Amino acid sequence: MIEWLSQFRLEFLDTFQDFFPIAIVLIGFQLFIIRKPLANPRKILIGFIFVLLGIVFFLEGLNMALFPLGKLMISQLTMPDFLGVHALEVTTHWKVYTWIYVFAASIGFAAALAEPSLLAIATKAEQISGGTVRALGLRLAVAIGLGSGLALGVFRIITGTELYFFIISGFIIAIVQTAFVHKSIIGVAFDSGTVTTTMVTVPLVTALGEGLAQAIPGRNPLLDGFGLLAFASLFPIIAVLSYALIAQWINNRSLSSKP
Amino acid sequence: MLNNRFINQLISSFFDLSPIFAVILIFQVLIIRQPLPNAVQLITGTFFVILGLTLFIQGLELSLFPLGESMAYAFARKGSLLWLLAFAFCLGFAVAIAEPAISVVAKKAALIASVQHAIEQTDTAKNYYALGLRITVALSVGFALLIGVFRIIRGWPVYYPIFFAYSCIILITPFAPPHIVGIAYDSGSFATSTITVPLVTALGVGLATAIKGRNPMTDGFGMVVLASLMPVIFVMLYGILI
Repeated sequence: MIEWLSQFRLEFLDTFQDFFPIAIVLIGFQLFIIRKPLANPRKILIGFIFVLLGIVFFLEGLNMALFPLGKLMISQLTMPDFLGVHALEVTTHWKVYTWIYVFAASIGFAAALAEPSLLAIATKAEQISGGTVRALGLRLAVAIGLGSGLALGVFRIITGTELYFFIISGFIIAIVQTAFVHKSIIGVAFDSGTVTTTMVTVPLVTALGEGLAQAIPGRNPLLDGFGLLAFASLFPIIAVLSYALIAQWINNRSLSSKP
Repeated sequence: MLNNRFINQLISSFFDLSPIFAVILIFQVLIIRQPLPNAVQLITGTFFVILGLTLFIQGLELSLFPLGESMAYAFARKGSLLWLLAFAFCLGFAVAIAEPAISVVAKKAALIASVQHAIEQTDTAKNYYALGLRITVALSVGFALLIGVFRIIRGWPVYYPIFFAYSCIILITPFAPPHIVGIAYDSGSFATSTITVPLVTALGVGLATAIKGRNPMTDGFGMVVLASLMPVIFVMLYGILI
């Protein structure tokens, strides 16, 4: 128990330390530039303590339950025995790794739905749009995007294709979609696509990338493990834009079919 | 009353998190088929995750959201563009320089650079390289928020700076040394942390609400994505220059 408490204290101090420079900027500008008292300083202070405690509990819980499991599963799934590859045989067909794709896609899907900052942005978007943008729909679209993005990213690590090629194709798709989508959704789509890559996703994705780069013959974990996160922040954007385009299309059709 | 809200939030946090539990359970039972190690720790951990998310969401509504918005209003009323831009830059810089994930990546990047003989293979050279990289990322995030705020004030469409950043990335990548490209693309993802995202969103939305002629939905978002694209450009330039 005492051991656990000291661990908890360390975690809290770490989080507090990360937050410290941000607090200095906020307080400094509030005191010296804005020079107006805050409307409700006690409420804000309590809220900050809630946020810090929340992050500490969340991280502590992730470290106790989800991360060890996730990493154990990744290491079991990437074992040469499980995959049926031989260490000496460099030319392995990409289809051998079916379970890895399924796993990457499901872990991406689930991690996006669990991501706190995505929840924050989706709630804000629902409030501001007056309910036209649904928080759950947005989160599901991002989750589908993250799932397919990770599966594709894993495919890239396995085949060793250029990262550049995928990223540029993704950019071009997003640009074309932006041209057709209603302008009120553009900012939300790009922002919510980006925020998938924080607390839950980053450690899992990094472990997946490194595990794969180690397990697959001919890949260098130092070089090929990178780049998976870029998929994780690009594909959700495309998914949200697609979701908005489909919603628009259905709306237009039902409008035009009515006399 | 607060208790009631807290319990409701606890339940909704459980539903928010249920998919990740489901995935892990299904894979564990159907595919890996090995007994779970340490069940007590798993259950406590799961409860902590749910409690943490609940506290985080409650805290957001009490502090980060109102604070970001009230600061945006105050700056808009003050009418000083320069201070507002300075604030945006400092906020971005502070966030990125404090982020532990970035310093981990910077160290890894220094290791790769020395293996690839881009820098000398001494500890001083590596530390110097890693520090330079961290400052580069911090400058880029500060710059990103500065542009984001400037865009809202000017009323430019959201996609102008985003597409500009995309074009820069496409153009610069072929000239960047190959070992830096993967790191550069990933470094953007580390720049957006769980505390920053709500704060920056509230700031943008607050500004777009406070300034006449801006729509919070159309103009308020779009800053977070810049904070993740700018580091890609800056880190690649760093790789080219060093």
